[in-house]
This record gives sequence, C-alpha cells and structure tokens, in this order.
Amino acid sequence: MIKTKDLSFDYIRRDEEGNVESITRALDEVNISVKPGDFVAVLGANGSGKSTFAKHLDAILMPTEGSVYVNGMPTTDEDKLLDIRRTAGMVFQNPDNQIIGTIVEDDVGFGPENLGIPTEEIWERVDKALDRVGMTKYRCDSPNKLSGGQKQRVAIAGIMAMKPKCIILDEPTAMLDPVGRREVIKTAKELNEKEGVTVILITHYMEEVIEADRVIVMDAGKVVLEGTPRQIFSRVEQLKSFRLDVPQVTALAFELNKRGIPLPPGILTVKEFEEEYIKALSALEGDA
Amino acid sequence: MSIIFDHVTHKYEAGTTMEKPALKDINLVINDGEFIGLIGHTGSGKSTLIQHMNGLLKPTEGTVYVDGEDICGKGYSLKSLRSRVGLVFQYPEHQLFESSVLLDVEFGPKNMGLTQLEIQYRAFEALKSVGIGDDLIDASPFELSGGQKRRVAIAGVLAMKPKVLILDEPTAGLDPAGRDEILGLIRRIHEESGITVILVSHSMEDVANYVDRIIVMNDAKVVLEGPPKTVFANCDALESIGLSVPQVTRISADLKNLGLPVRPDSITIEEAADELAALYKRLH
Amino acid sequence: MIRDITIGQYYPENSIIHRLDPRVKLAGTLVFLVSLFLFKSFWGYIPAVIFLFTCIHLSKVPFKHIVKGLKAVVVLLSFTLLANIFFTKGTDLVFSWKFIKIYREGLEMAGFMAIRLTLLITGSSLMTYTTTPTKLTDGLERAFAPLKLFKAPVHEVATMMSIALRFIPVLLEETDKIMKAQQARGADFEEGGLIKRAKAMIPILIPLFISAFRRAGDLAMAMEVRCYHGGEGRTKMKPLKYKLRDLIAYLILAAYLAVVIFIGKKLH
Repeated sequence: MIKTKDLSFDYIRRDEEGNVESITRALDEVNISVKPGDFVAVLGANGSGKSTFAKHLDAILMPTEGSVYVNGMPTTDEDKLLDIRRTAGMVFQNPDNQIIGTIVEDDVGFGPENLGIPTEEIWERVDKALDRVGMTKYRCDSPNKLSGGQKQRVAIAGIMAMKPKCIILDEPTAMLDPVGRREVIKTAKELNEKEGVTVILITHYMEEVIEADRVIVMDAGKVVLEGTPRQIFSRVEQLKSFRLDVPQVTALAFELNKRGIPLPPGILTVKEFEEEYIKALSALEGDA
Repeated sequence: MSIIFDHVTHKYEAGTTMEKPALKDINLVINDGEFIGLIGHTGSGKSTLIQHMNGLLKPTEGTVYVDGEDICGKGYSLKSLRSRVGLVFQYPEHQLFESSVLLDVEFGPKNMGLTQLEIQYRAFEALKSVGIGDDLIDASPFELSGGQKRRVAIAGVLAMKPKVLILDEPTAGLDPAGRDEILGLIRRIHEESGITVILVSHSMEDVANYVDRIIVMNDAKVVLEGPPKTVFANCDALESIGLSVPQVTRISADLKNLGLPVRPDSITIEEAADELAALYKRLH
Repeated sequence: MIRDITIGQYYPENSIIHRLDPRVKLAGTLVFLVSLFLFKSFWGYIPAVIFLFTCIHLSKVPFKHIVKGLKAVVVLLSFTLLANIFFTKGTDLVFSWKFIKIYREGLEMAGFMAIRLTLLITGSSLMTYTTTPTKLTDGLERAFAPLKLFKAPVHEVATMMSIALRFIPVLLEETDKIMKAQQARGADFEEGGLIKRAKAMIPILIPLFISAFRRAGDLAMAMEVRCYHGGEGRTKMKPLKYKLRDLIAYLILAAYLAVVIFIGKKLH
C-alpha cells in the first residue's frame, strides 16, 4: 500500500538573500512498508520527524533523497498527484484549520466535488461518510459549534467521502481532550476493521497505539523500533530515552518485574495486569 | 492570598435567548500556598472558573473575594489584581509578540509600571526559573522550539511575581518528556516560592503526583473536592462523568474488591508497586 | 465582548427565504438597496419598511437577533447622525450655542440618513443571515460567470470569499482569547489617548497575524490533500437550479421595484 525507500528529507533554512543558513536532516533513510488493511501507529516525540514523514506519504513534501510509493505510484510523479491523494487521504492536527465548508455536509462534499464526482453520487458518498463517523445528526450544523472530537470526525468523513484506500492521521488527537481523543481513535479503528481501510496513525499518546497492529517508533528522523505494541512497550527504558513513555500499567508491571515478581513484559491494559498479577500470586500459593 | 467563591453563578450571554450557565452556584475556598488540581472535561466550566479569579470574567450572581476584598467592588483595581493572580492560558505561546524573548517577558512587569531595573531583574529571574538560558534571551521567540516557547510564555506571567499562579492545561500538545518537564517545573516553582498554584488539566494521572487538593468540575458545578486519595476513592463516580482515575488507582481498587489485602488508594506507580510487591513478598 | 458580534453570520433556520436561490437573494438585496436611494422623503420608506419586515418575518430570524447584530454598527450610525446634525446648513435655526448651530434641515437629514442606513444594513445582513457563505459565493460565482470570458478569476475570488467567511468566527474567538491573555499580563486597552491605544493593539495584532498565517498554511495543505485544484473539472454537491419559488420571488421583486418607482415619481 505504502512503501518508502531510503527516504531522507532536509529542511533548508535560508537567510534574506537566499543563501543557505542551515540544513537540518528531518528524516534519515526511512524504510517502511505498510500492507493493505494494516493499522500502523507511528510513535515519536515532538521533533522526531514523524509529521514530516506523514507529509511525505501524501505528496505534500517531496523527498530530498530516496522515494515514496503510494499504491505503486511514486509521489514525485506530478501526473499522478490527484490519484495519490485520492488513494491516501490525510487528516491533520488542528481541527479548526482543515474544515473548509461552513456547514458540516458541505465540508464533507468538498473532496468529491474536487474529484468531479456527479452530484447524485456526491450525496450518496456524503451520507455514507457521515454515517460511518457517526455525525449524521450534525450534518446541517456549523462546524464552529462542534467539539474538537466532532470536528476531527467531520474531517475524517471528508476524507472518507473520497473513498481512499488509506487514511493518514497526522496527530489527530494532539489538541483534543480525553473524550475527543477516544472518539477519534475509536472512529479510526472502526474504519479499519469494518471498511478495511489502511490506517496510519501518527501520535505521541501511548494509549492510542495499544490497538495498532504494528508500531513504528521514530527518533531524530530515524526509525528506531518496530514491532507489535507488546514488543514495543516491553522496552520501557528505551522508550524513555526517546522522550516517550509507556501506559501506567505497563510501567507498573515493569517496576514489579524489576523487584522480582514474574510478570510478562509489555502488559498493555488494566485487565491484563490484574489477571497476570493474580496468576503470579496463585502460582505462589500453588508452590506453598 | 486566599480566593473565595461565594455562591458564584456565571451565565454567558445572560438575558438573551442564547443564555447558558457556565458556573452554577460555586462555593470554593482556595487557601494561601495550596497546590490545586482543577479537573473536568471541555465545557465543564473550569476555564470560566479560573477567569473569575483575576477578574477577566465577572459573576452574574454571587461574589468573588480575593484577600477578603470583593473584586467587583467599586474602585477595586483589576490591573493590580491581575499582577497578583497570574493566569497562563492554554497554548500560551500563541500570545508571544515581541522581537526578543527578554522583551516579551518584560511585557507584564512593564504594564505594572515598575522601574526599568526592576523590570529587567524580574524578567531575567523568571527566565532563569523556567530554565531558559542566557543564550536564548535575545533570540526571537518565534525561532524557539514548542517546549521553549511555552516556557517563555510562562516566564512572562511569572515575571509579574504573582501570589497565585493559574495554568490552563500547561501540558497540552507536549510529548511525554515535555509534559514531565513542565509539570516538574511547576512543582519546583511551587516549592521554592510557596505561591498558590492552580493546575487545570483533564488528566488525573498528570495531577495525581503533584497536587495537595483536587477539585473536580462537571456540568458547571463542583462535584468532588479533596486530597487526591479521597477524590480517587470515587472511581466509579468519576468514570460515570467520563473522567478516568489513574490506572494504578483502578488496579488497587479492583484488587481490593477481589478480596486481596492491599490498600485501595494508591495513586502513583511507586505507591502501587510498593504495595503489590510487599503483598507478593509476604506470600512468598 | 468581541464574540458577540453576530452581524453577517449565517442563522440556521428552515424558512422560505433560506431556501430561495442565492441569486434571487442577491438580486433582491440589490433591488432593495436601489429602492432606498430612490426617495428623498420619509413617506417613501414605507414600502421599503413593509418589504423588509415581511422578509424578516418570512425568514424566521428572530427580530431580537437582528437588533443585536445592529449593535456592531452603532458607532457608524451615531457618527453619521451627529455629522448630519452638526454640519448640515439650512435656514431654520432650532438651536445655537457658541459656534454650534443646529438647523431643522440637519435634524431631518439625520433622521432620514439613520433610517436609510438602518434599512440598508438590516437588508443586506438579512441576506447573510439566511444564506450560507457557500451558497452565497456559489451565487456570486454564477452571477459573475460571464466575467470568466475576460479571464477574470471568478471561481478563485468566490472560493476566497467563502473561506474568509468561514474563518471570521474562528478569528474573532481567537482575538478574544489573545486579548484576555494579554490582559492577564496587565495590558490595558481602554486607557490613554489614541496613540497609546493604537500601540496597545500591537500585542493583539501580531499574535493574530501569526495565527492567521499559520491557519492559512494549514488550510492550504488540507485543501490540497482533498484534491483541490481550482475550478476546473469541479462538480457541485448543491448545484444552483431555479425552482418555481425562485421565479415567483423574481416576480415579486419586479412588482416591488415597480411600486417603488411609481411612488417615487408621485412624490416628486
């Protein structure tokens, strides 16, 4: 679905006369491949390059070196630009700055309008997209009246109406409260499971990546870890060195493990922890 | 410096068809030197509440007393109040406007009409306390990283030497390490200067480690109030209004309910780890 | 407070006026504005007032809401009023004190202008209350479509307008927030002379501009990823099509214009 090959990107800063002032390597030989139907989370601290990476997947930025393929199309191919963007849609961080329409349904229709879809089909797509994100009730409202989570769901619907194969969510929850965050992640998860849409979620919130099929950790422009959430979260100390964290339960299990209590690494949920802890205790009683 | 809310109600667009209450009959006492966590989700009224503390909003009904004085009284100087009750808004870096970090931090003290010497001294001191080094004070605030900008903005309020420091979601948008740094910074400021700190957040885990008292708001009212352990003892009540208790608190409560001899009110990872490790060792 | 400015913002309702084709409403507003300038006496405004109030009633926009919207232009109104009172020279002196002289003609003129301006502003804001910016710009785009022949960027201008309208409330809220943040740092926007006040705006304007630019950048990116590439090959979710009611509305407008012109001639 999406593949990057030795992707590198430099931010070049120029002074007023246009001379190069400084070059910062934001991405350094990133090699990633995402299969259709995957739910992949890209985890990284601020400044790790994760957003720069996301912007390459939708041909907003072009690689300095290396290449990016979306469904086999190289992003540098200008003739394929619209095809690439209708294959891989993108949702951004700030909910206010990506809604174009003044009422919800107009906004969702914006993408299909640009694609030249016939009017009747636009309506079908808008109806369906709003239904998928659970925003049908608000279709005639002004986006300004919605909560942050609802605005992001409208933005997702706007992308869904273009019928993409893949959705890239670039820190969609960074500006939301916990309720909004849950709404957005749940919506993304459902699209992935029910519609088979490939999801690439960029974030720095640990709780959000637990349900991903695969987690990619970035630091200083490089991919530093890759694996299932369980594998990633068993590396508590390494994650901390990347300015990241683990969920509280994972940290607790890690701490107990250090103190000699046999708990498996990479515990992700409260329920799992409780079961494992009780198992460890009953193993003791069994011994005694 | 104490802040007292006496039957405070605030309605937006009072008297119109669009009237909506944002605070309903709030009674609160905030004591000198306390470290308070104010929790609630968006729209619960917490932002409205803090804007009453420095007179940016006025009660529709009821009275707010700061140091025993009614802040809406005749002749009360709101300007002086605002230098004593410092308010750091959400995403405070969006209010930076000066050409250099130092000048921006000087904005507050300048408005207070202090001498140039005092202004500079306070700005330097504030920048130092938030960990902005001398190498950055002449830089344009717009060239700094996100985390640095936020520190500069906090310094801008600290430079007024407030007796009460209110921070509205100071960790919003920061990564985990950035979050810990800012929270650590706030704790240090509280410890060193002894000022009252009110930390507004929607994360229980963020405040559990730091504050003396938690005030929980929901639907324009204060619904729970007390030390973290007391508040978190109401796991289910909190979850019913969409707020979660720290995972470790949930775990200790659940294990207790299952009949294990553990304290149900651990609120930090260390506490819970001590408790659970001790139980394991006892059975060993 | 700045957030209270409601003039020009769409008021969602389901009324016959809301459902009319935006082109009809554009034409209607134009006819109404023209009708206001046809008279030079109070009586001439009676049909205009009746017409406007009928439209307001049909639109289901609460009268209170419209009055509230007018608050934003009170300064402009009182300025014109005072200018007319003090600077109109006439023959019938009603009041004089030192160099101030007020004539009956001035008072009449002021009353006249106040009515005209109020009607004018209410009339044009009724259009924006009942038409979403999207439809409004669609209407403008269609109305000015002939200009495309002369290579005028009609679609682009219409899109720009629609986005500007979408962001007005967002930026107003932002202004409010920045103002409060600077007030919390002791800024004072109400004290001092003109220069001092103008200077006090800098801490608001700079952050506001920066934020507007950031938003513009974000928005451009969001539009790009949603395949926006100008008006070429674009279809419409809500294409403008005249319905029977629009034709009837045109007829009513024509009738109104005829009545107004007739009365105007009679009165002169």
